[in-house]
Amino acid sequence: MSLTTAHSVVAPSSNAKLIAGTIIIAYALISIVPLLWIFATSFKTPPDSIAYPPKIVFQPSIEGYCNLFTTRTRQTPEYINSLGPATGFCDETVRKRNMVIAGPSNFLPRFVNSLIIAFGSTFCAVFLGTLSAYGFSRFKVPLADDLLFFILSTRFMPPIAVAIPIYLMYRELGLSDTALGMILLYTAVNVSLAVWLLKGFIDEIPREYEEAAMIDGYTRLQAFWRTVLPQATTGIAATAIFCLIFAWNEYAFAALLTSGTAQTAPPFIPTIIGEGGQDWPAVAAGTTIFLVPILVFTILLRKQLLRGITFGAVRK
Amino acid sequence: MLDRTADNVARATPEPLAKKIRGISDKGLAWLFISPTILLLLAINIFPLFWAIYLSFTNYRANRPNEVVKNLGLANYQRILGDQDIWIAMQTTAHFVFWTILLQTVIGFTLAWLIDRKFRGHAFWTTVILVPMMLSPAVVGNFWRFLYEPQIGLFSYVVSFVTGIPPTNVQMLSNVELAPWSIIIVDTWMWTPYVMLICLAGLRSIPEYIYEAAEVDRASNWRQFWSITLPMALPFIMLAVLFRGIENFKMFDMVNLLTGGGPGSTTEVASITLKRQAFESWRTGYSSAFAIILFVAVFGLANIYVKALNKVKQR
Repeated sequence: MSLTTAHSVVAPSSNAKLIAGTIIIAYALISIVPLLWIFATSFKTPPDSIAYPPKIVFQPSIEGYCNLFTTRTRQTPEYINSLGPATGFCDETVRKRNMVIAGPSNFLPRFVNSLIIAFGSTFCAVFLGTLSAYGFSRFKVPLADDLLFFILSTRFMPPIAVAIPIYLMYRELGLSDTALGMILLYTAVNVSLAVWLLKGFIDEIPREYEEAAMIDGYTRLQAFWRTVLPQATTGIAATAIFCLIFAWNEYAFAALLTSGTAQTAPPFIPTIIGEGGQDWPAVAAGTTIFLVPILVFTILLRKQLLRGITFGAVRK
Repeated sequence: MLDRTADNVARATPEPLAKKIRGISDKGLAWLFISPTILLLLAINIFPLFWAIYLSFTNYRANRPNEVVKNLGLANYQRILGDQDIWIAMQTTAHFVFWTILLQTVIGFTLAWLIDRKFRGHAFWTTVILVPMMLSPAVVGNFWRFLYEPQIGLFSYVVSFVTGIPPTNVQMLSNVELAPWSIIIVDTWMWTPYVMLICLAGLRSIPEYIYEAAEVDRASNWRQFWSITLPMALPFIMLAVLFRGIENFKMFDMVNLLTGGGPGSTTEVASITLKRQAFESWRTGYSSAFAIILFVAVFGLANIYVKALNKVKQR
């Protein structure tokens, strides 16, 4: 084979590219079918959602979203006719099924809990993580490797194993089923990720910047504040999103340690039931609303994804 | 969004505090920065762990806090190691971990290798493939129950359409033979992109000149794959297997929502057993002992594995 061809000798042939592209696109399309199905189901009526064969073409409806946000009671047609005109689309849809809206469902408070706990724990984990990561990166800490390994090893424990003593401890401290308890717990779980990721990011910032600042009369803290933090912004943001996704998606602790006031969306969504079993359009609607923020974050994060999922072990 | 999060973090160190600790020694600053994290982990992870170790030697039951706690010595551990059900749960876990890792590694590596052919639009399709792994295993796992429903579920419908099996007979979740595979399918769907992403980094770390040299030596494509691509990507593949292995050994959320361990106990992986013992039977002491055994097992296996990984890396 001649080495004087215009292209690199190791570049894949156009045939190889075509076959590879076809397989990858086919895989990608098949793998997002379940997600498209969630989205489609959220716009089906309950009878459409359980039709056989499964309906691909259907008349879209927001009944699922109505059912997600409300609780309903069955009433006699006479009673419904005696009511005034329906106020709004949801009211009308519900009355067609011989029901009236009884009040708001628990979905919104659970969703708000998810927001408070996810953002609260992310803020704490990133705050503590940034300080620790800077400490490990720039100072001679005795037993640094052991401490870092200790921080990581807390991730080896199965969540249920951690949940048993935490359950007892929270019961003693009055932290059961409180947002504060969940924020503390998620912070502890996320801080290991935050320290490892941020140490990698801060290691990459040359020490010379701070040293120059300190020669100019800044104290170490001012140098950290004015030179390191601004340069670590991307890393801190990426770390924050990873912590946020973990806390947002977490189920095991939430299911075992919260039951009411502090319950988050993941343990709540599977409990959405209608008459005669799971109300799938409502579940799909809740799932859709729950997943959209993560989709946005995934797209924002795609360049840092690899680093995040391997605790900084692979940086590309 | 990105900038605001970072701003919050930056504002979090209060100015007055910063003034007070002006001129503090580096050593003092190091401890000031690191100790809050260590204290938090001691309070939320280590203290509970020691508590669990203490409980594992007792007959304590969390639903009877007023009962006198008896010290049982090693009786809980002896009972676990002799318990038939625990061993069945460990086998179920091993079956789940083995097949998910095998499938995810083979499919993930193949996908990575294909993406590395750098066809047009590969970056976009890579992002599409990555989406499932970012989603909540609990919330998405719960929806798979719907896809698996006989007849009305999309998965069952497609299976019966393709294979010709009557639609009412495709009972993924209630069939004893199929239920273990239903959780393997969902886990593989979700986490293959994870393995793929790490393998892709491995493939991209191989310098082009090695292939050029092989080309000069007229090594066949087959030979290049086995002598260059696979050995050089191996540390990355092993890393992906490590992360997936630990995660799937601990697997709880997806399985709990999809099958809850059933039918019977055919999909009862270790974490589900642990939850049933701890939060349904309330055998707190007994389940603490089981939790300690699991923790030691993950920790020990991971340590041995990391040593092997380092050996491969050094080659």
